Amino acid sequence: MAIPRFWREIPSRYNLYGSKCGHCGTLDFPPRTVCPECGRRSVGKMERVKLGGKGTVVSYSVIHDAPAQYEMMKPYVLAIIEMAEGCRLTSQVIDVDPAAVKIGMPVEAAFRKLGSEGEAGVIHYGYKFRPAG
Amino acid sequence: MRDVAVIGIGETAFGELWDKSFRDLGIEAGLLAIEDSGITAQDLDAIYVGNMSAGKFIDQEHVSALVADYSGLADQHLPTVRIEGGGACGAIAILQARMAIASGQHDIVIVGGAEKMTDVSDARAGEILSATADQEWESVFGATFAGLYAMMARRHMYEHGTTREQMAQVAVKNHKNGALNPNAQFQREITLDTVLKSGWVAEPLTVFDSAPLSDGAAAVVLCAMDRARKFTDTPIRILGSGQASDFLALHDRRDLTTMDATVVAGKRAFHAASLTPEHVKVAEVHDNFTISEIMAIEDLRFVKKGLGGMATEEGETALNAKVSVNTSGGLKARGQPVGAVGIAQAVEVVRQLRGEAGKRQVQNAEVGLTHTLGGTGATAVVHLFGRAN
Ligand SMILES: [Zn+2]
Repeated sequence: MAIPRFWREIPSRYNLYGSKCGHCGTLDFPPRTVCPECGRRSVGKMERVKLGGKGTVVSYSVIHDAPAQYEMMKPYVLAIIEMAEGCRLTSQVIDVDPAAVKIGMPVEAAFRKLGSEGEAGVIHYGYKFRPAG
Repeated sequence: MRDVAVIGIGETAFGELWDKSFRDLGIEAGLLAIEDSGITAQDLDAIYVGNMSAGKFIDQEHVSALVADYSGLADQHLPTVRIEGGGACGAIAILQARMAIASGQHDIVIVGGAEKMTDVSDARAGEILSATADQEWESVFGATFAGLYAMMARRHMYEHGTTREQMAQVAVKNHKNGALNPNAQFQREITLDTVLKSGWVAEPLTVFDSAPLSDGAAAVVLCAMDRARKFTDTPIRILGSGQASDFLALHDRRDLTTMDATVVAGKRAFHAASLTPEHVKVAEVHDNFTISEIMAIEDLRFVKKGLGGMATEEGETALNAKVSVNTSGGLKARGQPVGAVGIAQAVEVVRQLRGEAGKRQVQNAEVGLTHTLGGTGATAVVHLFGRAN
């Protein structure tokens, strides 16, 4: 993934910035320009908001067959997480025995290396999740 | 709007076909379909091509003109269209070609689908498949294509009590059907144990829960119904079609265990045809993973939500049972050359409705269905076919 392409999304990938619809209050992550509920009534009313970083596991998988740039991490836990604010996202659960991951498990965001790529080994950072205490 | 019929079908063998190029495959399927239809190439008004990602698999874009050229049709200067829509591209191509004929713009159109997937490494092919998911918000975080379907499977097990054994039965059934299909990639039966004990791809899915990487092509000739009898005694009518989309990323969907795009596409197709799921005796559904077939038979209303695994285990979807699902072997055993999938499904259903399916013939099939997915369900297409009286 080209550097500017990753850089553009840094506010959301580093700091979990989403958007809140000024019309209905629905929170989306990543930020949207148009609210899926309100359509054009939301245009121009989508404000940036930072998620708190707490959520629960909705579903998960332990990945054994991974693309080259994630080869070093496997097996790793991929999960869909429902944030306390109600929106969902896809990430990894780390610092945990894969066998201990369960649906409904509380997790919290942590800042980690996502992967590296290319001959220059450009490293991408962003959120992953770990069990919440 | 005019009625449209399938008057010709053709397909290559599916598999790791190292001696055949993308263009070899596309031409082979196209010529077979034209031969089967009884038309000559001069009768064609247009060419539609379903192709997921020749740009990534073989560094070749503009494949619709390429296929026309290497089929010897360059001098006819036919309009050619390449459709992209993940795994659903072939099924969308049929839908678009059908509309072009129904509108009166064209009379006879060939619709082909092809993919050449084995010129790249397996790891690279996996990455290309996952490009139909959300690259920015799924793939970057390590989501593989299998991993996303695995999360649907996990949730289906959690909410509906579906078991790994029930999912594995989909693979066992489809390999059993594939063993009766001389063009299938895998023509041998497998046991439940083989599926359960094969290596993990993404838990709870194993290698044998997953469709293979394949090379292959398929084609159909579509014709306005009022001209079809000139070429064939057994035109197969397209009774209704539906297409729908949904959130691109799996995590944004309303329900991880239901593909709303399939539900809506199915309703649209059944409504257009004035039919219900009970009329369908033969169906080719998108079983890129075993869980996909379980969700498809639920979302198409062949069985109630949550009962897809049990219905499979009890044999309701076996050959000549309540509804015969994936008689060709499906993506699982017949193979998964992505661009060809939607067309190949139509080829199988037409063959069944004509009564030409040999050892895997479904008895008294009047109506057949195809169901094709793009990505993890952000696109779904359903077509209904029937014998024209
Ligand atoms: Zn809104």
